[in-house]
Amino acid sequence: MTENSQTKNWYLSLFKDFEARLNGERSKPVHALRRAAMDRFAQIDFPSLRDEEWRFTDISPLLKHSFSYSAKKEGMVPSRDDISRFLFGGFESHVVVFVNGFYSGSLSRLLPLPKGVVIGSLAESLKEDDGRISAHLSDQVGSGLDAFTALNLAFTLDGLYINVPGGAVVDRPVHALFVSAGDEKIISQPRNLIVAGKNSQIRLIEHYVTLRSGEYFTNSVTDVVIEGNAVVDTVRLQSENLEAYHVATTTAFVHTNGTYESHAVSNGASIYRHNLNVALNGEGASTTLEGLYLTAGDQLSDTHSMIDHAAPNCTSGEHYKGILDGNSRAVFNGKIMVRQGAQKTSSYQENRNIILSEEAKVDTKPQLEIFADDVKCSHGATVGQLSKESLFYLKSRGIGEEQAKLILIYAFASDVLKNIKEDEVRVELEKVLSTRFLKGI
Amino acid sequence: MLEIKNLHASVEEKEILRGINLKVNAGEVHAIMGPNGSGKSTLANVLAGRPEYSVTGGEIMYEGKDLLQMAPEIRAREGVFLAFQYPVELPGVNNTTFLRTALNEARKHRNEPEVSAGAFLAMLKKKMQLVEMPDTLLSRAVNEGFSGGEKKRNEILQMAVLEPKLAILDETDSGLDIDALRIVASGVNKLRSTDNAIIVVTHYQRLLNYIVPDFVHVLYKGKIVKSGTKELALELEEKGYDWVKDETLTAA
Repeated sequence: MTENSQTKNWYLSLFKDFEARLNGERSKPVHALRRAAMDRFAQIDFPSLRDEEWRFTDISPLLKHSFSYSAKKEGMVPSRDDISRFLFGGFESHVVVFVNGFYSGSLSRLLPLPKGVVIGSLAESLKEDDGRISAHLSDQVGSGLDAFTALNLAFTLDGLYINVPGGAVVDRPVHALFVSAGDEKIISQPRNLIVAGKNSQIRLIEHYVTLRSGEYFTNSVTDVVIEGNAVVDTVRLQSENLEAYHVATTTAFVHTNGTYESHAVSNGASIYRHNLNVALNGEGASTTLEGLYLTAGDQLSDTHSMIDHAAPNCTSGEHYKGILDGNSRAVFNGKIMVRQGAQKTSSYQENRNIILSEEAKVDTKPQLEIFADDVKCSHGATVGQLSKESLFYLKSRGIGEEQAKLILIYAFASDVLKNIKEDEVRVELEKVLSTRFLKGI
Repeated sequence: MLEIKNLHASVEEKEILRGINLKVNAGEVHAIMGPNGSGKSTLANVLAGRPEYSVTGGEIMYEGKDLLQMAPEIRAREGVFLAFQYPVELPGVNNTTFLRTALNEARKHRNEPEVSAGAFLAMLKKKMQLVEMPDTLLSRAVNEGFSGGEKKRNEILQMAVLEPKLAILDETDSGLDIDALRIVASGVNKLRSTDNAIIVVTHYQRLLNYIVPDFVHVLYKGKIVKSGTKELALELEEKGYDWVKDETLTAA
């Protein structure tokens, strides 16, 4: 039996066990969705290098492990002190904490909110669901899940739920902290849903951190629904420990004149894969996707984005940068689909990489599929090293080798970090850059 | 201050400098002239420690220390400054932060306290007047999108901030119109003192009308073939480099 099917069987049997423990919850409508997702999971396989979308990303190390599902346990909840280090100093935000995928009411604290705004736990909200959440989840089952999104939905118990009703503006950002804790080999699978009603605005920091060592697996799914004229700005920070596995799927549905901004910064995990899908479904919708991935050692970071221009007059801009050291690998695949009716589409994509070692390697691939004739699309990709000219220039002014390299790394990263609106977050990320590379270079 | 003895250097296995001897004392301005390919820029870059140039023989003593043993950043902190022929653009690196970092590295090296951002800015404003540099260039990235003249002025501004003991100006006049040349030269002249020395590397005599040298050396095929006072530059201007070439051939 191959590793792939062994692992698949492991999760199939894990689901039976999971189901058996659900007790009364099995009769709820959400459970039918879980079963549908598991049925889908049974039909498909985990991806392998033979799959076009996974050609450069070998997940066999991840599939070697048998992770257990995370169960809510008392006593495993970290203290406020434990998590304070992740809160960006005096950063004023709504803090929502999840431990191994489960909402922690005692660690979360919300600032006053406009009327009707819900920020909290998906599990809690499902209890009072008027059918909208389950309808959304059910749409996802119908739209073709892959092995990871199916697995996530099958085990869905909790995650971040935000509902901003039409016209509401949430001034301070929401800081959603996903903490991995404990010492068991677990899979944690937050399922996050953000719904921004017409003319509403919200900013979100989706922050994955760790308090533990050893291997674990975060398999997150985040859906963002942006209705007419709404603006959603997200920062996604992935700082898992270096033994962890992290697979994430983000899907944004942007309706007429809606705006979706995403800033994704990652420096953790042994294998990291981010599937970032944006559907520009309504006329005049726009999106900006920026990212920075930092890898060293044997890390692998893979960003697969797909921007679907499905309506006319939409704009998209994508700018990802990578800094690689050691024996690490990075993959960037940027697909842009411009559908037949999507006239006056404007789209650009840029991926730039700096390699600090001899061994690190990048595979970067733009993928444009254009079926409309009146569009403006551009793309570019580069892989290079720190400029020797620039290094010598800095040294000739008395700046030492390490600091000179750091200055150039900052400079390289700065144009994707500078658009992060929260100063405290940006400053913290700059610190991450320096601690990351001061030793490594 | 500087003593170069029988210096040989090559780039990519090709020997460019073939036995340079030069002595520079504090307070002096030396001009190094010569036709294209004579080794002028190589000499300037060897002094600054550019890694692509390998020294294959000879020695350079600077303030009684072996300059060739020092990394480029140590040379800079010890007071050696090269104004680049082609200043490098550093996108994303703020010009003011860059200058302050450079100054503080030198101060740390001399066991002096670092300069605060506020004190630095006040000092910088004064230095900027030397090269008639507009404030707007300070908030920009180093040399990014600067015109040719602005880049050269920025080099001299760096020199003014770092106050080197030995400044080497590598073709600082190239690509400058007459107004820019005058500004740059007057900036350099204001930085002249009895404590420091300047080596001006140039192809043309033009710059030397503004930065008047004490000594002029003519470099040809990697050797100094003629040395004299400022009059030598005028003679060169009049007779052209062929004159030196012919003389060298005759002498050989």
